[in-house]
Amino acid sequence: MSEFFHMGGYAFYVWSSYSLAAVLLLVSWIQPRLREKRLRRDIARRLRRSKR
Amino acid sequence: MSIIPNWLHRLSSPRNFYRFAGTVSDWCGWIALVLIAIGLYYGLVNSPPDYQQGDSARIMYIHVPAAWMSMFVYMVMAGAAAVGMIWRIKAASAFANASAPVGAMFTAMALATGMLWGKPMWGTYWVWDARLTSELILLFLYLGYMALQSAIEDRDTAARATAILALVGVVNIPIIHYSVEWWNTLHQGATVSKMDKPSIHISMLIPLLIMALAFKFYYFSNVLRRARCEVLEREKDKSWVQELVRGEQP
Repeated sequence: MSEFFHMGGYAFYVWSSYSLAAVLLLVSWIQPRLREKRLRRDIARRLRRSKR
Repeated sequence: MSIIPNWLHRLSSPRNFYRFAGTVSDWCGWIALVLIAIGLYYGLVNSPPDYQQGDSARIMYIHVPAAWMSMFVYMVMAGAAAVGMIWRIKAASAFANASAPVGAMFTAMALATGMLWGKPMWGTYWVWDARLTSELILLFLYLGYMALQSAIEDRDTAARATAILALVGVVNIPIIHYSVEWWNTLHQGATVSKMDKPSIHISMLIPLLIMALAFKFYYFSNVLRRARCEVLEREKDKSWVQELVRGEQP
């Protein structure tokens, strides 16, 4: 198991690459979901204000 | 004969596109997740270390698919932008706009993982060789596209300007692809797409292709989510959007 994490001495480069890729994919996954949530909330708020 | 135009016509309404894109995005997302899990297993566990590069070659299983995606997304983006400009199809422009940040993300991934591989293998994070430089220019093209799009207020003008930028930038794609043949680069040549026979062993080709497929599904899942946002923004004064957000809490 420790051999697996050691990656033949290239642990830093291999694991940095894989974690960086994971972070990039996650951020890109979250981004549009946050944007859509904010958009829908803003539209709802404007709608309520215009009704008053 | 009559089914297809009808089906297409229904899809072309923003309201149906919004729902359809959500469903397709979810399916593509799940497929991508499963493929990534399989790809990680093959790439990190069930494949041999390279006979010259040792375990550092495992970086290739994300570096190469990310680099392929950086070019694939650019071609899709430029194509969609051109269709949007020529036939004034708003959905195509929206798709192009949604593609730019995903393409930039994959380009950054290719560059960063390449640097992390270059340090132990070449002894340096960066060299100004043709392959690396042209890929960096690709990142700037994506960022330029995004900056231009957000800088122009009028949607039609923005669509035209960004489409022209994207089309001019297409010239960079063959430069990236052939840079390792045209110039004497430090970057190694192709091993998969060689015409005769790929010079990569099957045990390494499998994780590579699985990851490449996973990234494709990820892109389609992600770009449709982003396109949904574009649709909402454009249609915010329409009754179907107001119906949609009625229950939303502030």
